[in-house]
Amino acid sequence: MNLDLPLIFAVLMGMAILLYVVLDGFDLGVGMLMPAATPAEQALMVASIGPFWDANETWIVLGIGILLIAFPVAHGEILGALYLPAAVMLIGLMLRGVAFELRVKGEGWHGELWNWLFWFGSFLASFAQGWMLGRYITGFADGFLYYVFALLSGAALCGGYVLLGATWLVLKTEGALQQKTLAWTRWGLMWVALGVVLVSLATPLISPTVQAKWFAQFPFVPRSPWVMLLPLATLAAGWRVWRATGRLKKDASAPDWTAFAGAISIFALAFAGLAYSLFPFVVMDRITIWQAASHPSALRMSLIGVVIVLPFLLGYTVFAHRVFRGKAQAEPNE
Amino acid sequence: METTDLLLLARAQFGLNIAFHILFPSLTIALGWILLYFRIRYARSGDPAWLATYQLWTKVFALSFAMGAVSGITMSFQFGTNWPGYMLAVGNVAGPLLAYEVLFAFFLEATFLGVMLFGMNRVPPWVHIFASAMVAIGTSMSAFWIIALNSWMQTPAGQVMDGGALIAGDWWQVIFNPSMPYRMAHMLLASGLTASFVIAGLSAWRLLRDATDASARQTLRTGLVLAAVLAPVQMFVGDQHGLNTLEHQPAKIAAMEAIWKTERGAPMVAFAVPNEVTHQNDFAIEIPKLASLILTHELDGEIKGIDAFEPNTPPVLPVFFAFRVMVGVGVLMLLFAWTGVWITRRGALPPRWMLWACAGFTFSGWIATLAGWLVTEIGRQPWLVTGVLKTADAAGHASGPQLGASLTLYIITYSAMFVAYMVVITQLAGKGAHA
Repeated sequence: MNLDLPLIFAVLMGMAILLYVVLDGFDLGVGMLMPAATPAEQALMVASIGPFWDANETWIVLGIGILLIAFPVAHGEILGALYLPAAVMLIGLMLRGVAFELRVKGEGWHGELWNWLFWFGSFLASFAQGWMLGRYITGFADGFLYYVFALLSGAALCGGYVLLGATWLVLKTEGALQQKTLAWTRWGLMWVALGVVLVSLATPLISPTVQAKWFAQFPFVPRSPWVMLLPLATLAAGWRVWRATGRLKKDASAPDWTAFAGAISIFALAFAGLAYSLFPFVVMDRITIWQAASHPSALRMSLIGVVIVLPFLLGYTVFAHRVFRGKAQAEPNE
Repeated sequence: METTDLLLLARAQFGLNIAFHILFPSLTIALGWILLYFRIRYARSGDPAWLATYQLWTKVFALSFAMGAVSGITMSFQFGTNWPGYMLAVGNVAGPLLAYEVLFAFFLEATFLGVMLFGMNRVPPWVHIFASAMVAIGTSMSAFWIIALNSWMQTPAGQVMDGGALIAGDWWQVIFNPSMPYRMAHMLLASGLTASFVIAGLSAWRLLRDATDASARQTLRTGLVLAAVLAPVQMFVGDQHGLNTLEHQPAKIAAMEAIWKTERGAPMVAFAVPNEVTHQNDFAIEIPKLASLILTHELDGEIKGIDAFEPNTPPVLPVFFAFRVMVGVGVLMLLFAWTGVWITRRGALPPRWMLWACAGFTFSGWIATLAGWLVTEIGRQPWLVTGVLKTADAAGHASGPQLGASLTLYIITYSAMFVAYMVVITQLAGKGAHA
């Protein structure tokens, strides 16, 4: 059997990173929304992600792990160029995780400090991830405008995670708190719209490769009607989120999952667009997935592990979400 | 900045991270199984004291797991940022082992941990026990893959060259390389001892505050008995591990024993200050012929000294002292555990001095584990992968300011996290979980 192993691992890596962004995205979003809630609401918000955040965070290890084991050349290149923002992100994730645990376990001991650190860690990690994305898309190009772009990209990803967090809370809460989350959702959606438009305009300007993929003639003639499907679908998903929040505002019995599903669609579509822009490069315009790939023997061994584990992995992830389905409750014994 | 300084900074940063990280797995690997034991005891007896015990130690586990997870994520990044040459040279062997750790272990423990922590009232008891078992299996499997990789780096086997690339010829040999079974047993026992002393120590702390706490009495005894059983086994396994090291990494043994020159009838250096400049031991107290006797089982057996391995020799001073700290703390732990079991026989409450001493020993396992880790990792220098890749050839191109700034950030964050962890753990224990 002659498999295109680098391609398979590129797809797996994409899946793992997308899952991380969506799953930990809502955790980080909930963290960033903490200052907007009352202490009682904060307890519920924290309870809604309590059973999940450890596992959600694990997907980044798989994503970065695949980059490390399947494309070691690119891992060194990318993380070498992103050395400081990666360190900042890691410290953000540490503060978030530890503050989360201490907030719950250290009852009464510096509660306010943990709340603040939980927010700050979530924000730091989100912003650093957005910054890294901005640097990555531009191929780590140096120059004032590129850093402004990275700054905007950092802010936009924060907005995106707020959208995910808010729609997750729409699903997991009820009553007055749910009404609040509807407003948060719309606020996040506007940030996301700004971010998506920004990245969509900037990348073809920066990279001729990306421009050629989307446009026959920049900026008004698309390469084919098909490439227009992605932006149109993203627009539709955004509209769906907006409308879902409108319905819930008027009628609390309206479906509470549509906004979250819409937010996930926006992320999945934006991610697909990015993947299409980049492919087959793993470092923009410089290293393709085939150039960066490990030896076939290593990829084959890893693939065996993936094939064995993936069904179980998805199975018990779904199981955990089923156990904790429904509205969040503040746990009495935690 | 000099390249050697940069290398030192990169190593300091990675070493700090990994030393901080190892504290938490060394506790949770065994604690996962002990929790399962508590959970089953509660399921069988319905005794609320076991439930209180289980709930308290689940909290300690969750907090330690989170500390281990966040510092572990950092490591998956630092492989690339600090040691890009490592993956380029041996990634075809090391990569899949790391992948198996994440796939088979990390997800298992992280996902079922949620059910274990928050699901007690949401799932039937058997599902909850199953989740606890999955968490325990996950942490142990995680140790298995990481130890396999670390042992392969110490005593590589099973690899072949394909063109210019080093690849695994035989995965079985790679995974079960010569030092792997010894290191694995040594590490699991170290975790068992670390966890049992933490349990005994924090239980003693609780009893000092409230002598009637039934849950704390149960766990004090559990911790001491477990430690008393594991400590002598660890001594035996440690000795076997040492003989294995003598066979495969004799330079490390020479450094551990501060033997500078190859000789017959080598003395055992009980104490000395190894001098890296003169290649001699200052202030040495030696026991004639004992090193030869222990290591070769002959009075006149030949022991290779540091001079036999020039120029690829490890630094002697840190390895020599770390080894003595590890063995010294280990012996103290053994004596202490046996005394404790004797005093608490027939369920007697130990005197207060004993409880204070027990509380003082709470984190002794960490000291021994860290010391042992320093012995094995410094002792293999200058190699990163013995005979295959040198540490210096794997270092990255991060600049001095970058390394310095991030190292400072890490030091601040880790110190703060560590202090908060210790305060909350003692506070949890002090408050107790009254039945």
